[in-house]
Amino acid sequence: MNLILISAIWGIVMMFSGLFLKSKSSAKTVALIGSIALLIGNFFDLSGKMIINSNFNGMLQYERFGLLFLTVLVLALIMYILLSGKDVEAVGNHPFEYFALIFFVMSGAGLVALFNNLLILFIGIEIISIPLYILTGSDKRNLKGNEAALKYFLMGSFSTGIMLMGIAFLYGATGSFQLEQLMLQPQEDYKIFMLIGIVMIMVALAFKVSAAPFHFWTPDVYDGAPTVFTSFMATIVKAAVFIGFVNLFANAFGNKTGNWQMTVAIITTLTLFIGNITAVYQQSVKRMLAYSSIAQAGFMMFAVFAINDMAKQGLLLYAAAYCFATIGIFAVLVKMKDYTFDGFNGLAKKQPLVALVLTVCLLSLAGIPLTAGFFAKYFVLAAAVKTGTYLWLVIFAVVMAAVSVYYYFRVIQAMYFKEGEGQEMLITVPFKALLVTVAAVVILLGVYPSLLLNWLTLF
Amino acid sequence: MTALLLILVPLIGGLVTFFVKQESQAKLWSFVVSLVTLAAMSVNLLMHDEAGRSFTAEWLPMLGSSFALQMDGASTLLCFLTSLCYPIIFSSTWKSSYASPNSFYGLMLLAQAGITGVFLAADGLLFYFFWELALIPVYFLCSKWGGEKRIAVTFKFFIYTFIGSLLMLVGLLYMYYQTADASFSMQSLYAVKLTGEQQSWLFWLFFVAFAVKMPVFPFHTWQPDTYEQSPTAVTMVLSALMVKMGLFAVIRWLLPLFPDAAVQYDNIVIGLSVIGMIYASILAMQQDDIKRLIAYSSIAHIGLMSAALFVNNESGLQGAMIQLFSHGVNVLGMWIVIELIERRFGTRKMSELGGLAQKAPGLTILLVIVALANVALPLTNAFIGEFLMFNGLFKFNIWYAAVGGLSVILSAIYSLRMIQKVFYGNENILTATGADINWVEKASLAVIVVAIFVMGVYPKPVFELTTDTVTLILGVFK
Repeated sequence: MNLILISAIWGIVMMFSGLFLKSKSSAKTVALIGSIALLIGNFFDLSGKMIINSNFNGMLQYERFGLLFLTVLVLALIMYILLSGKDVEAVGNHPFEYFALIFFVMSGAGLVALFNNLLILFIGIEIISIPLYILTGSDKRNLKGNEAALKYFLMGSFSTGIMLMGIAFLYGATGSFQLEQLMLQPQEDYKIFMLIGIVMIMVALAFKVSAAPFHFWTPDVYDGAPTVFTSFMATIVKAAVFIGFVNLFANAFGNKTGNWQMTVAIITTLTLFIGNITAVYQQSVKRMLAYSSIAQAGFMMFAVFAINDMAKQGLLLYAAAYCFATIGIFAVLVKMKDYTFDGFNGLAKKQPLVALVLTVCLLSLAGIPLTAGFFAKYFVLAAAVKTGTYLWLVIFAVVMAAVSVYYYFRVIQAMYFKEGEGQEMLITVPFKALLVTVAAVVILLGVYPSLLLNWLTLF
Repeated sequence: MTALLLILVPLIGGLVTFFVKQESQAKLWSFVVSLVTLAAMSVNLLMHDEAGRSFTAEWLPMLGSSFALQMDGASTLLCFLTSLCYPIIFSSTWKSSYASPNSFYGLMLLAQAGITGVFLAADGLLFYFFWELALIPVYFLCSKWGGEKRIAVTFKFFIYTFIGSLLMLVGLLYMYYQTADASFSMQSLYAVKLTGEQQSWLFWLFFVAFAVKMPVFPFHTWQPDTYEQSPTAVTMVLSALMVKMGLFAVIRWLLPLFPDAAVQYDNIVIGLSVIGMIYASILAMQQDDIKRLIAYSSIAHIGLMSAALFVNNESGLQGAMIQLFSHGVNVLGMWIVIELIERRFGTRKMSELGGLAQKAPGLTILLVIVALANVALPLTNAFIGEFLMFNGLFKFNIWYAAVGGLSVILSAIYSLRMIQKVFYGNENILTATGADINWVEKASLAVIVVAIFVMGVYPKPVFELTTDTVTLILGVFK
């Protein structure tokens, strides 16, 4: 609860501080203070001390898994603000508003992680989505950005409509929005409503996490949006929607896996295939990362598919591994002028340290051992193997993981093995230190994933 | 403790090397590190320190995986081979100069840590970890310091092996859920009782990973290009040590885990291996580049070894064990000679060389010995191994032995043809300027020649060392 409150309040604080603080560069500092407050609030959440200690008639539930997931998101947010805060300020004339929107998204993420009622899920998803429409179009003189924002808004609203429709069907079948009520078997006549409802919600959420075949907005939006916000959308936001996805299917439909597991398996297959294969053909690293985010969503879909303990641990680890690595890569990408693969040529000579950190992040995304990405993939795949069915899906996934090596390693090849000047970049010493921290976290989680997962059982 | 040292010394030594900027110091440092590793291994062997050959520490209890290292006969042999080869590789390529030498030598040592880890790991997940970790440094070594086409070629190599190992990971995960105590430890995995159907598809998931690494026909297409494009020091690591990872993995994991499937599919595996032997030998005969010739001849030799592992009799297995070591030594010797020739005369093409015997008699004698060992002439180490393996193959099925035996004849043809073209005949402009090898190079080759003869005459210690592994495998099949 603390986190939801603080982030909503801090969003307002950010907006008003824009009126009083004249210097643009103070926005990052205020945002940083806010994000640290979020972390502290979340810590108290975890230890059970809340400002308002209520679950609002069962509309929220403070599961350790959801709370810990929020910790990961907040840590990623702090890293994001530290690494890319300066670039957020550079997007346009309203840095305080951008940060305010980011904080509103966080409060939506809090609702999505802790909901126990379909209405809360719906409100959470909307609170996440609406600020994103604005952030996408925040560079208002950029035509591509405008197109992306409009596209995102239209398609996003459409999927929200489908979601509402699904919720209505579920209400019709069971007479309740509460998850535990949905767990009960509906009357025989209403079973079909239940099924339609599940599929509609699945479609809407698949749209939000950019799972195929509902992914068509992703490349354009990620490419058109200012790169700093792409970084935010592709990582923290995507992970936040996934926790809602998994919580919903585990807590409301977990006993009806026979009805929907096949559909999720198909969505997963398509997502992995389209994401990975299309990423291979990209010439721009930013677009490649957009498709890579679809591909990674395919792996996270395994958590929805398997819904067991292993899957939850896997999603937690996946979110951490994926967010940190991707934020690290984007932070460097923002500072570059040339987004093509060739733009990375010779970077290792010019900026050996930056190149090394990028390599670690890319290896992690590819899922090479000793990096967090390996255990992330390991856990979600192990969760799927544990279900004992659909082994072909796992084998298909690992083949796709091997395909992903192709495009991630293209960047590494460009940096280390190709001749080139290396682009001019403004890299400060603190920025380097932060990048090293990102790499250290990625490697540490790759050797000892228990560092994070043990928190699930602590306290 | 030795088991841990064998990984830690090259690992830490390798990481330190990255910070040794000066070329001569980086060379010296990495050489010393490799000597320390060799010393640790030798002390263990001389003292018969059985306790030092295993090590266990807690790693990931929640996943049922621990940092368990264990040396049985075959892995002791291969650890010794690894620690022996590294100083020889470093000393024989002493004259070669690399851009950013600190990274080169650092990565070489990290590769050693990874390879040794594969030979030692007694835990499924740990094994997978090392299996991948050995690959990463080699990927960077080949792509950064290799020949013209290095990037594409190395990439192919990487993707091939990566797909293979991921399939193995799926198999490993499946096995994990079948264990009684939810553990990745070798004992728990060995104890799993699988149905015939489970075994048969798990067998292939694992086999593809190992077959790519060895490589067995038809998974070999990455190998000649990679050997050719890599800097020779890395080619030495690849062919003397990394291919052994695949063979060793068959010994330690594939056969004990899926004995029924191994029997069921023995004809397919041995058939592929024999096809590979003949096919690679024929291709080797047509090469002009010596490096490619050795690459193909290596496929032929590995083919025999992989066939011998599946014959399910003592002779074949015992031969494969000794050949694990012999092949490593012999192929290393070949690469050293090639490296020397290339550095002196600037080419590896047989058509451009000739008449070296007059200019470099020392080199010629050493090469002839190594080449004859490659052909498996009696008195050399390879004779013992190949004889036993053919004997095993013969017992399994006479036709395989007959067809596979042709590869020995073919190997004599291409080896002798190479000797003739490179060392005899007339000098030309390129070769007229050459000089003989110096004493450091002679010493490196002398170590190999000594190993060739000692093992060729007195192979008993190796047999004794590997008896336990052979017994284990034969026991599983009964």
